[in-house]
Parts: sequence; C-alpha cells; structure tokens
Amino acid sequence: METYQHKTSAKLFWCIALISIVYLFPHNAFAQTPDLFKMQDEQDKKDAKEKTDITTSIFKSTRLINGQTIENTGRGILDLRISHRFGFVNTGSYNFFGLDQATMRLGLDYGITDRLEVGIGRSTFNKEFDGFFKYRILRQSTGKVNMPISISLAATGVWRSLKDTVTTFPINYSDHFSFSGQLILARKFNDYFSLQLVPTMVHYNIVPTKAVKNDLYSMGIGFRQRLSKRVNLTGEYYYQVTQLGGYTNSASVGFDIETGGHVFQLFFTNSTGINESSFITQTQGLWGNGGIRFGFNISRVFSVVKPKNLAKTTY
Amino acid sequence: MKKATLLLFFAGLSFGLHAQKIFSTKTGQIKFNASSPLEQVVGINNQVDSKMIDKTGQVVFSALIKSFKFENQLMEDHFNENYLESSKFPKAEFKGFITNIGTVNFAKDGKYPANFSGTLTIHNVSQKVSAAGEITIANGAPTVNGAFKVKLAGYGITGSYIGGKIANEAEVTVNCKYQ
Repeated sequence: METYQHKTSAKLFWCIALISIVYLFPHNAFAQTPDLFKMQDEQDKKDAKEKTDITTSIFKSTRLINGQTIENTGRGILDLRISHRFGFVNTGSYNFFGLDQATMRLGLDYGITDRLEVGIGRSTFNKEFDGFFKYRILRQSTGKVNMPISISLAATGVWRSLKDTVTTFPINYSDHFSFSGQLILARKFNDYFSLQLVPTMVHYNIVPTKAVKNDLYSMGIGFRQRLSKRVNLTGEYYYQVTQLGGYTNSASVGFDIETGGHVFQLFFTNSTGINESSFITQTQGLWGNGGIRFGFNISRVFSVVKPKNLAKTTY
Repeated sequence: MKKATLLLFFAGLSFGLHAQKIFSTKTGQIKFNASSPLEQVVGINNQVDSKMIDKTGQVVFSALIKSFKFENQLMEDHFNENYLESSKFPKAEFKGFITNIGTVNFAKDGKYPANFSGTLTIHNVSQKVSAAGEITIANGAPTVNGAFKVKLAGYGITGSYIGGKIANEAEVTVNCKYQ
C-alpha cells in the first residue's frame, strides 16, 4: 500500500508539473501579448540602416550670390528671381556710393522634375538673354546608400543683344553667343557648414584677340555658414585659370536671410554681370580699391503643380 | 492520464494561437496642420508606419519627418531644418493604447468611438497625450482615425513665426487603414 501511495503522489506531481508547463510556459512562449512598443523600437533601428536619407538644404537657394548652387527648385515650383546690383561703391558720395546706379537680372526658374531645373533670364549688362538647365547627377545621402557628396551639371547659353560696335571685320549672328558648362560638387558637412566646388568652362564664339582661346577654364568655390535659424553667411570666389584678358576674378560675400516664402540675399560683389559667362570671365571691379557693388537677390516661389502625394490624399 | 495531459496541452496551445491579432500598415496618413489666418501651413505624410493589437488596444504610429510633403517646398525645407530639425530628430512617434478597445467588435462592420492615451514624441520631446478618435470596421479591416492637438512650444519647437503666420497649436490628424 505504501509503495502505491508513493506512486500516486509521484504521478500527481508530474501531472501538476505538466499542467503548469502547458499553462504557464506557452503563456510566455506563444500566448504572451507582443509588445508593439518594443517591436517599433527594433524596427526603427532596422529602418535607420535600410533607408536612405537624402541630405537636403545644402544651400539655401538655387544661387549662391552670382553663381549656381547645388540646389534645384522642386518639381512644379516656379521661382521668380530678381537680382539687383547697385553701382561701384568707390564712385563716391556723388553717386551715393553706387546706390544711384543699378544693373539687374530678371529671371524665371522652373523645376520640371526633382532633378531637372530650367530657367531663363534677361540682364541689363550687355542686354543679355540667358537660358540654362541644371541636372542633379548624385545626391548626398546617409543610411543604406552613403554618398559623401552631391554632384550636379549646369549648362548656360547667353545671347548678347547689345548693338555691335563698328569693327573692321564682319560680325556673325552666332558671335553674340557664349556658353558655359559647370560641374557642381557640394557637401553639407553639418547643419551649419556647406562647401561647393564648381569647375567651369566658358566658351565664347568670338574673343577679342587671336591670343585668347575660345574656351576659358575656371574654378569656383563657395560656402554657406549658418549663423542662426534664418541667417547664413555666404561667400563665392571664381578663379580664372585662363582669361579673356583685362578682367579680374569674381569674389563675393553676403548673407542669406530667410523670410517665409522668400530667400533674401544681401551681399557685396565685384562683378557686374549676373549670368555665368559675364560674371566669371568679365568681372571688372577690384576689392582692393573699393571696386565692389552692393546687391541683393530676391526669390519668390510659386507652386504651379501640386506634389502628387498631396493631390491623392483623402483629406 | 495521458489523454488528459494531451488535451490540456492542446487547450493551452490553441489558447496561445488565437489570443490576438496584430493589424499593421506602412501607408498610413498623418496630416500636420499649423495654419493661421495669414498662411496655410499643411504637411501630409502618406508613409506612416502603424500597428495595432485588437485585444489590448496597444497602438503605435511612427512617421519620418522628412516624409511630410508641403505644397510650398521652401516651407517644407523650413519645417525640416528650422522647426522639426529632422536631421537630428528624424522621427515622430505615438506609443499608446486605445483605452476603450473592449467596446469595439472587430467582427461587425461599423463605427466605434476610440479614445487614445499614450506618449507622443516629436522633436525628441515626449509628452503624455490623450485624444479622441474613431475605429471604422469595413469587411473585417479596421481603419483608425484620431486627432491630436500639439502645442508646438511644448515640444521645444520654436521660431519667430510661431504665433503669427504659424499657429501656436498644430492639429495632427491620423488616418490609418490596416490590412
């Protein structure tokens, strides 16, 4: 009898053990309520590795001061740009330090896609019309695709409509054209500092003398230093490797000020012309003797085409 | 005895399998509206990641700040760079519970009120929030709607335009249709 009783208690023990295993263990293994908070945290970590985060706002505007930046106007956005330069500061108090005179460019830019921007403009200087396109080749990004720099290609054509001076040789219609090709390499180092390099080639269909080559090479460098949420210090310098002759390098320094729908740029520059051919290769002012101009660019953007994902929303 | 334990085992197993269902979507919508009489400030995110458990009412909404699209690109840039600082704080999240989930019958089509309560994290600042919303069941698939009032200053979002062109308090509406 005693042994039998022992057996029963052993059986009872195993039975209780099994029940507790069946009812308690699965509650942990299978039936436990999954914790969405933990799941989300884990997914966030995974997403951070798998998603590519494109670096935006490398520069604040599509122009730095005179030249192009790496930025494009967004798809479906029309950008009205008014670029204004006063006269040379060193013309003295008689000209109110240049404020009596003005030269300007009126332009319209449009973003066809997120990568392609086109624009047209008219400048006072030499009564020039210009047209350009700018295409993003590479975009700086972090995450899955780690791209250290952004690269864009910009090409400009300029038609000088100023009446020709009397020459001893015939001037063809095509002689009024000049072109420029630029590769823009930019990097946003952090939220505060961005830098770009702009190797440039300017081609003139006609040059003043035989000694001057039709293709002129130069290298541009520009930066943006954020001072506050709305104010950025900017600078731009184009070094001419080969020159038209008699011209200086373009150097400019200024501020980008953001206000709601505008970016307002205030600066000093030694250049007069505002399109690529004229400011890179035909700058006349000298910083050393006050041959600089005060100027400003105003940009106002309009949404022409609503972004697709806004249009399809159910709200 | 053997039969009994086997029965107990299956009873436990089946209980584990049919306990709850996780609903999820990666295409939920969040609308951020901080419009003022002076300016329309509306961003829409169509790539919201959300999950919900029917039994416990546990719910998560997760949105990338950069995925908010604005009609005005400059506004989008400012939203990212000046206000939400998305390069530092890329995500906004709500983690919480639908407290009255017991009143929702997932098997029956219809509209049920839903009360949200949990933690909203924006701009790396977490705040306890509660909001009213709705769960709509259609063909067994639930859709969650909710509207949160977000005081921008409470999340460390500052700027001279807040209170002027931008409203002090943004309305964040959520619409997630689960599969």
